[in-house]
Amino acid sequence: MTENDLFYTRPELILSFSGLLLLLLAAWRPNLGRQICYISIAPLIAASYYAWIIMTNEAFEFGGDAFFGQYRADGFSSFSKLLIYLASAITLLIAPRFLEKKGVMKAEFPVLILFAAVGMGIMVSAVDLLSLYIGLELNSLAAYVLASFARNDVKSSEAGLKYFILGALASGILLFGISLVYGFTGSTSFLTINSALSGELSMGATFGIVFMLAGMAFKISAAPFHMWTPDVYEGAPTPITAFFASAPKVAATALLVRIVGEAFTNQVDAWQQIIIIVALMSIVVGALGAIGQKSLKRLLAYSSINNIGFILIGLAAASQIGVAALLVYLAIYVAMTLGGFICLMQLEDKDGNMRDNIDDIAGLSKHRPVLAAVFMIFMFSLAGIPPMFGFWGKLQVFQAAVAADLLPLAVIGIVASVIGAFYYLKVIKVMYFDKPVNVIGNINSNMLVWIGGVLALFVSPLGYLTISILSKWSAVAGTFLFVNGG
Amino acid sequence: MNADFPILSMMLAVPLAAAMLCLVASAHSARFLALGATLINLLFGIWLWTQYEIGGAQWQFTESADLFGPIGWKLGIDGISLMLIMLSVFLMPICIGASWRAIKERVSEYMAAFLLMEVLMIGVFAAQDLMLFYIFFEAGLIPMYLIIGIWGGTNRIYASYKFFLYTLLGSVLMLIAMIWMIQEASTADIPTLLQYDFSTEAQTWLWLAFFASFAVKMPMWPVHTWLPDAHVQAPTAGSVILAGVLLKMGGYGFLRFSMPMFPDASAQFIWLIFGLSMVAVIYTSLVALVQQDMKKLIAYSSVAHMAIVTVGLFTFNQQGLEGAIIVMLSHGLVSGALFLCVGVIYDRLHTREIDRYGGLSINMPIYATFFLLFTMASIGLPGTSGFVGEFLALTGVYKVSTWAALICTTGIILGAGYMLYLYRRIAFGEQKNIDAAAMEDLDMREFWLLAPIAAAVMWMGIYPESFIAPIRDDVSKIVQRVESATPVLDGKFIANDPSTAQYRTGGEGDSDTIEQEASGNTQ
Repeated sequence: MTENDLFYTRPELILSFSGLLLLLLAAWRPNLGRQICYISIAPLIAASYYAWIIMTNEAFEFGGDAFFGQYRADGFSSFSKLLIYLASAITLLIAPRFLEKKGVMKAEFPVLILFAAVGMGIMVSAVDLLSLYIGLELNSLAAYVLASFARNDVKSSEAGLKYFILGALASGILLFGISLVYGFTGSTSFLTINSALSGELSMGATFGIVFMLAGMAFKISAAPFHMWTPDVYEGAPTPITAFFASAPKVAATALLVRIVGEAFTNQVDAWQQIIIIVALMSIVVGALGAIGQKSLKRLLAYSSINNIGFILIGLAAASQIGVAALLVYLAIYVAMTLGGFICLMQLEDKDGNMRDNIDDIAGLSKHRPVLAAVFMIFMFSLAGIPPMFGFWGKLQVFQAAVAADLLPLAVIGIVASVIGAFYYLKVIKVMYFDKPVNVIGNINSNMLVWIGGVLALFVSPLGYLTISILSKWSAVAGTFLFVNGG
Repeated sequence: MNADFPILSMMLAVPLAAAMLCLVASAHSARFLALGATLINLLFGIWLWTQYEIGGAQWQFTESADLFGPIGWKLGIDGISLMLIMLSVFLMPICIGASWRAIKERVSEYMAAFLLMEVLMIGVFAAQDLMLFYIFFEAGLIPMYLIIGIWGGTNRIYASYKFFLYTLLGSVLMLIAMIWMIQEASTADIPTLLQYDFSTEAQTWLWLAFFASFAVKMPMWPVHTWLPDAHVQAPTAGSVILAGVLLKMGGYGFLRFSMPMFPDASAQFIWLIFGLSMVAVIYTSLVALVQQDMKKLIAYSSVAHMAIVTVGLFTFNQQGLEGAIIVMLSHGLVSGALFLCVGVIYDRLHTREIDRYGGLSINMPIYATFFLLFTMASIGLPGTSGFVGEFLALTGVYKVSTWAALICTTGIILGAGYMLYLYRRIAFGEQKNIDAAAMEDLDMREFWLLAPIAAAVMWMGIYPESFIAPIRDDVSKIVQRVESATPVLDGKFIANDPSTAQYRTGGEGDSDTIEQEASGNTQ
């Protein structure tokens, strides 16, 4: 272990030690949940600072390896980490009010989020099958507990159980793939695997790749491995659902990108068609599945499946532009999806009960005009209608697909996005065109209003002002992958 | 105001700022705010027109700023854009006025939506960056969706969905085409792209993708079905803006993109455009003839008029294009005015059914006079704007295909049929409905909504040169661009045609002079 190892892994170290300290604090002061949530923001900021340094400082232009090539800190991992930490911090800010209301606010909650963040950080920095799996499982373990965090709620327990069983199955599939790849290449290091996989692909290695991709597709909830998503998203407490839909999505997607963009760049043909099919299926399944949903949480779950499809279009391009586009999309997606869930969290009836049925928001624009307008901005943005910023993300991935000569993919994908527009429009229709039912009352939570407002501004046309920053750093991040391929 | 004044950005900023203010204003002040902002924009527009240098640079009032990374904030107008911007800023205050009393609920949001609509319309016509154009073009769906869905009639939800999804589906293919073009030409600058030669095969695909969008927007038969629904359900001012300006975006798209950027493909698809347009002219006119709903009738007549526009555009000659543009402007005014006329009596009786009216010329003489003028303009009576456009467009068509000219002219006769039939049933005859007979004539507000349009219609009919002069150079540039690809159809003069030899007095060698005379006569 050298000084470099400790330097590059500093975000994870900060988060781990803070998590342990706060765990002790939580053990002795179990009723300090809200305070510990806010305290936990500090290590996230500190970790973000070091990630930012790795990305922006020219001294780390080529990134750096730690622990004998197990871990890599570079622009790509830093960009993803910034998104993950941001999403985690927002979750910590919005969750306490909700959990306290449900009576399940425990001081372990922020600690679990921090450990999940550590796991996700390792995921996006993993350049070895071992660290990949450790990161993934660290995150998943925290996530299983988080899903069933409302212990007294049957649905939440069910969500946790479902998540655990299916997640374990997916991990098994992934491990099987990993063992095959290891068996046929003789290494767990991405770079060595890549050079071992040049030339003709053996049957066993093909199976390995397919199983690994299947396991990853489960983690990012891409169709046809998406079945768990609506159930888990519906059952878990809303702020935790918001977390699931944002940070772990970023981490798992980045991990997938890292695997195919570093370990399999010599075998683009082997995985590209899988990604294309999974992308198109996710777009269509996400769009069609959402149409009949009554629960807004399930609707947003399908929306996240739909969006993963568009994100994968960027990956299907198998190029550095594609990776950059994918990261831009992820950044916007995190804002849109968190914003959508923040809007959901503000839907309380006059007795203070949470509502998430689509009929409950009928005519919302009459008595909660600002909330309805913000929700509308998120919906139009998720649908990718200009001038909302969500359009920019879609434009980026389609540009990458066209640049990679994947015109049929681009055409089918964009036509399928029209199907998706239908159910986003439906939410707006219910809020704006239908007769008010007036079940939603006022809530007093400045935190939700402010964070929701800032995210809404980001996905509104004002977001276009951030294009130059986003493009610059996503392009930097993209250069670390597909180094010999694209 | 000096020459460097960013007038186009200002024209976008004023309604945008007013829209934001409207959202927090009370209903009463929102009305005045919207009226004020649209009037300021009208003044800006008039200033723009007076400062526009006819015969000067092709692109004037250009602005460029690096605000949004790869999406360039590039604005600029040529004569065609100028005329369409004028149409937009002219109709907007009238729309606000038309909604003054008709809209009673959520007034501030309504006014904000209209002001946003104005921003986006001007943006579409002024954008000089392909992506910027697309954003403006597509963003217009959002306010229009809300206008139809919130303030529309009983079946408004169906209509708003249909409008949104139809148009979106058309446009997304254009987006892919645009992405491809930007990567192929490595620029998104529209003036540069106008000079870029895409390969013939690529042109075909690009043309079809753009066609998918513009044909829906136009709308052309058979993808016009969203229009009658949207028109019938939209509030009066929504119909005015939809018919007046939004439909013109399709024609503008053909003029700005399809024809000059893909001349070979445009020539290749003349048969498609002509075929669809001829079907549209006859079919939608016949459909209009049997409508019971006034708005639906005018909506179908819009489809027929837009077919004259497409057919005029794809003649690739000066008269055809100029005529098509004048038809666009004229239709913008006339159909807008007709929808206002419908709105006036709808506000009184709350029905659009033709049979519920009758004999209105007795109790509403001023209204009947205005209505008659716009009916005549819609038919294309000489002295009104409709005549100038249709005559020029059909002259252009005749030079290309006599058959197409014949069929399109039949459509105009049918147009006279359904419009006069409508007018007879509403304004003439006996006053068979007591409530309709008791309606009062136009009040001052309604009078001043219709009077400016009537004046503009007459102006365009009597002295069209004011409107043709700014577009002449731009049209000839497009004509030059597509000239090489123009195929020879039956309307072209054939030198030394043996079947006409007996009428020629000169020898074989004189054919050149005859050809010159012939082309001189037709121009």
